[in-house]
Amino acid sequence: MNYHWNWHIFFEPNPTGGGSYLDMLLSGLLLTLETSLAAWIIALVTGSIIGVMRTLPSKPANLIGFSYVEFFRNMPLLVQLFLWFFVLPEVLPSAWGLWLKQLPHAPFYTAAIGIGLFMSARVAEQLRAGIGSLPRGQKQAATALGLTTAQAYLYVLLPIAYRIILPPLTSEFLNTIKNTAVAITIGLLELTGQARSMQEFSFQVFEAYTAATVMYLLINVVVVTAMRVIESRVAIPGMIAGK
Amino acid sequence: MIEIKHVSKWYGASFQALNDCTTAVARGEVVVVCGPSGSGKSTLIKCVNALEPFQKGEITIEGISVGDPKTNLPKLRARVGMVFQHFELFPHLRIIDNLCLAQEKVLGRPHDEAVAKAMKLLDRVGLKEHATKFPAELSGGQQQRVAIARALAMDPIAMLFDEPTSALDPEMISEVLDVMVDLARDGMTIMVVTHEMGFASKVAHRVIFMDRGEIVEDAPKTDFFGKPRSDRAQKFLSKILSH
Repeated sequence: MNYHWNWHIFFEPNPTGGGSYLDMLLSGLLLTLETSLAAWIIALVTGSIIGVMRTLPSKPANLIGFSYVEFFRNMPLLVQLFLWFFVLPEVLPSAWGLWLKQLPHAPFYTAAIGIGLFMSARVAEQLRAGIGSLPRGQKQAATALGLTTAQAYLYVLLPIAYRIILPPLTSEFLNTIKNTAVAITIGLLELTGQARSMQEFSFQVFEAYTAATVMYLLINVVVVTAMRVIESRVAIPGMIAGK
Repeated sequence: MIEIKHVSKWYGASFQALNDCTTAVARGEVVVVCGPSGSGKSTLIKCVNALEPFQKGEITIEGISVGDPKTNLPKLRARVGMVFQHFELFPHLRIIDNLCLAQEKVLGRPHDEAVAKAMKLLDRVGLKEHATKFPAELSGGQQQRVAIARALAMDPIAMLFDEPTSALDPEMISEVLDVMVDLARDGMTIMVVTHEMGFASKVAHRVIFMDRGEIVEDAPKTDFFGKPRSDRAQKFLSKILSH
């Protein structure tokens, strides 16, 4: 292989006129973080609502939850992003479609919402399993004390269920971060996108992707460590992660 | 105070759990419900505060119908204490918070008042010094005494016990029964599913014997232990009293 290694490439100016190649990658890193966080918040909030709906005694709530989960988890993420980004504006009334297409930062919003909804189906399934793993008597005890269904979830079932599913939720958070790389296909210049641009401008393909890899690893190490801290903070005696 | 009239309950279409059950518990009365496993005794007691729905008949507590869709069930349940076989303390809350949760969220008591009440009751069941522990840090007998205190914190007009000592090691049974005897002597209205015939002969006023979803015998304590009328009750008694 006749490859010319050049690790100094990061400090050379990039041809877009915005600082060095390293600056390019860092701006991609920032966008990856922003997209991941936005998507994760959407996934947590929506996923929690849907997950709770799937455990309620109400049949309609169950059906809505079931349909939602099956819709979002049975289609490839890539297809979902294409649907939101390319198809949705065409099928809406033309004024709305035009507004969507002219929206500033459309790739960012589409990625955050699209990845968020995709991940929310997975969060919902985790939470449903967590609530389902609690003894039936917990809900009955809360009910017998006069708590309403909403209060029973808020003060008893959810605080225990979230503790149980913290380890799998950590994995889902990591998946959310990694999935933002798919947004390169709708033109979002996140970390993977910037690494590819760097490679196209400079032909330093190994350096570009090595840097991107290290950055992804670092983010995920930070997330894993943070989640461990949260796990031990909220641990309760007698439970899996308990002291 | 508690009236049960012609109550029938089916699980699904085929299995009948309760068959035309009729009885009543007067104010200050202690009624023991016994019978072989699967006889419907737990189901009956759970119907009293509507933890289990029933299809036919009527149950009223101080004249308020439990089965009436217009009844404010959380409000009604808050006035009837319930103790479960597996304690069902909330594992993520300290003992004191287990006792305060429903006082504050259901009865709307100020925190200080709820804490004062909780400490008084913990003192009564002999567990004051464990107030800041988590449920998993207590023994089974201690947990069940906390569960009784938690129910009493709501100032109930009646107490329901569903096999309160069945999940306990033998040496812990008496500490729980002592608390219950104490309650009975204080004039609390009590309906208790139990096989503790010693408890029944000491404090019960009436004994109800159930088999296959039916109330087979409903007699004053002395009559029941002296000479049960039905064959089934005689056989049951001879089995559990023979050792």
